[in-house]
Amino acid sequence: MTAILARLLGRMPIGWLQLLHNKTRLAAAVAGIAFANILVFVQLGIMFALNTTVLLPYTLLDADIIMSSADSNTLIGGGNVPRQRSFEALSVPGVASAVSLFIGNVDWTRDDGNTTNLQVLAIDPSQGAFVVPEIRNKIANLLLVDTVLFDRRTRGADTQRLSEISPDNPLKFEARGRTLTASGTISIGGGFSSDGYLVTSDQTFLRLFNSRIGGAPNHILLKTDPGADVDAIVEKLRVLLPEEKLKVRRVLDAAKADQRYQTTERPTGLVFGFGVVMGVIVGLVIVYQLLSTDVADHLKEYATFKAMGYGQSFFMGIIFEEAMILAIFGFVPGFIIASILYQILNSVTGLPVLMDVARPVAVFLGTIASCSISGAIATRRLASADPAELF
Amino acid sequence: MTDQMFPIITKGLNHWFGEGEARKQAIFDVNLSIEAGKLTILMGPSGSGKTTLLTLIGCLREVQEGSVHLMRQELNGAAEAKLVLARRKMGFIFQAHNLHESLSALQNVQMGLEVHGAILSTKRHQFKEASAYLLSLLGLADRLHYLPGNLSGGQKQRVAIARALVGNPRIVYADEPTAALDKESGANVVRLLKQLGRKRGTTTVMVTHDNRILEMADRIITMEEGRIVDDKTIGGQ
Ligand SMILES: Nc1ncnc2c1ncn2[C@@H]1O[C@H](COP(=O)(O)OP(=O)(O)OP(=O)(O)O)[C@@H](O)[C@H]1O
Ligand SMILES: [Mg+2]
Repeated sequence: MTAILARLLGRMPIGWLQLLHNKTRLAAAVAGIAFANILVFVQLGIMFALNTTVLLPYTLLDADIIMSSADSNTLIGGGNVPRQRSFEALSVPGVASAVSLFIGNVDWTRDDGNTTNLQVLAIDPSQGAFVVPEIRNKIANLLLVDTVLFDRRTRGADTQRLSEISPDNPLKFEARGRTLTASGTISIGGGFSSDGYLVTSDQTFLRLFNSRIGGAPNHILLKTDPGADVDAIVEKLRVLLPEEKLKVRRVLDAAKADQRYQTTERPTGLVFGFGVVMGVIVGLVIVYQLLSTDVADHLKEYATFKAMGYGQSFFMGIIFEEAMILAIFGFVPGFIIASILYQILNSVTGLPVLMDVARPVAVFLGTIASCSISGAIATRRLASADPAELF
Repeated sequence: MTDQMFPIITKGLNHWFGEGEARKQAIFDVNLSIEAGKLTILMGPSGSGKTTLLTLIGCLREVQEGSVHLMRQELNGAAEAKLVLARRKMGFIFQAHNLHESLSALQNVQMGLEVHGAILSTKRHQFKEASAYLLSLLGLADRLHYLPGNLSGGQKQRVAIARALVGNPRIVYADEPTAALDKESGANVVRLLKQLGRKRGTTTVMVTHDNRILEMADRIITMEEGRIVDDKTIGGQ
């Protein structure tokens, strides 16, 4: 290792030898940096998983434009949209069809006595074109009242049983005092606002939520003519339906805005963002602590090197050498442990906590940057190495 | 009188420590020309300014007043970068060995050479061999890979001496280098320094209280209260 570093640096690897000399301190610092890395990885993992889950229900939809009430930030938040608006929208050239989308939350008490919160998405089952092809034929079955499609990735549920659901092997369960029959499944998984999803017909929805009326859905979905300029149509609709009354957006834009809102303005998103910042600060402080004590401990040696004719850049080199070694030594165990924790989180929470390629690269670069910053601050202490005080 | 013959020349050198009320003069009007290749010894009671003078002519302390000409270069007002370069042509032997605890004896000595640049691994290899050779001359052939913590006081001091000499310095400054050594090895070190002077023309300035060393000196300068009070050249060369 010493020989490799000497070759790499083109000089004696003083930093490495210094770190190696005090193994307890090195181990403590490496453990600290690994801990900071794990903290950042886990926070990022959960944050990105939650981010992904926000988009998932939108992926069921096959529509171009979504019209929501002006105060709506998420699928379920905000007021209703008068059904009247869909007729107004249809008057705009290029708008081909419209459907009402109803959203609600139900609690499902499982066999084991625990409660699962399910978000219900409901549309007219004869308008199968508004959902993605994979569930289009299943939607048709929902014409039968009180039938639903069940999210087989529902958090906390018996996923084995859920995945066996079929028209021949339906699952009957109670919700809001009604007996529902799941005749098929969808695959979404829990997120911020619910543990899983149900898809059903507007008729079943209105029976479940008897305070809701058919004339006031949560959103209106629009499909445009093939080859139409969707952006231009959105503009026209905005002119027709002023912003203080309605938000008119492309479905993709609405999904992204929802994600932005849930990750930056809701406490859950903020907590994880804060966790990442904490991890970075912990790492910075640990590395700074080690490097500055290390400089303080070696002032006499550095003063001697100064007397021998070594310049400032040599000492900075030592500190950065140490910073880089710490970054690498801390990152490797941090990454390995975080990968294991990801597996555990994945199976315990049902959230898609996954390690991609970009994240470890980003965290590693961040670790290098943090260690460099700490090193840069620690170099200020070098000034007190005065060769005149040596004799 | 040329600069070449006298690598160290001071004129009207004064130095003060402290600020304001506490300001106290430590060096008074020192005018000195030190001849090349000779062993010059600085003597005097404690607090007489020997160390202060040594750090001033050794580029380790900023010159406040007067002139120090070191190897044809004026130190008064010189930029830090110039001082750094000048230090590479000198060797320092401190009273305390000041070895780096994390580096082996050999690595410590190598640092005395690497200051001249060691990007190429062939160069580093040469440095290693030269360092090992010098250490073996000083009787440490079987201690090359020991850390300073595992060496005796005398052995450490010999490593420090090897580190100062390995780069073939033009000038060697030593402040009581033999204090940590027994009588025999102390004399050996001074003999080695003298030999260097004869062979390579190395100039040595040494502070010592050790009477046994005085007989090897070419010149003995005595200081008292910051002034030179006696200056004897021995052997009449
Ligand atoms: N860094 C300093 N700050 C303030 N005063 C100092 C400093 N260094 C030396 N002095 C003072 O300058 C004077 C000369 O000190 P110096 O160390 O040069 O003496 P010395 O001849 O080397 O003594 P010794 O034989 O004890 O080593 C002393 O009065 C000392 O107290
Ligand atoms: Mg002294």
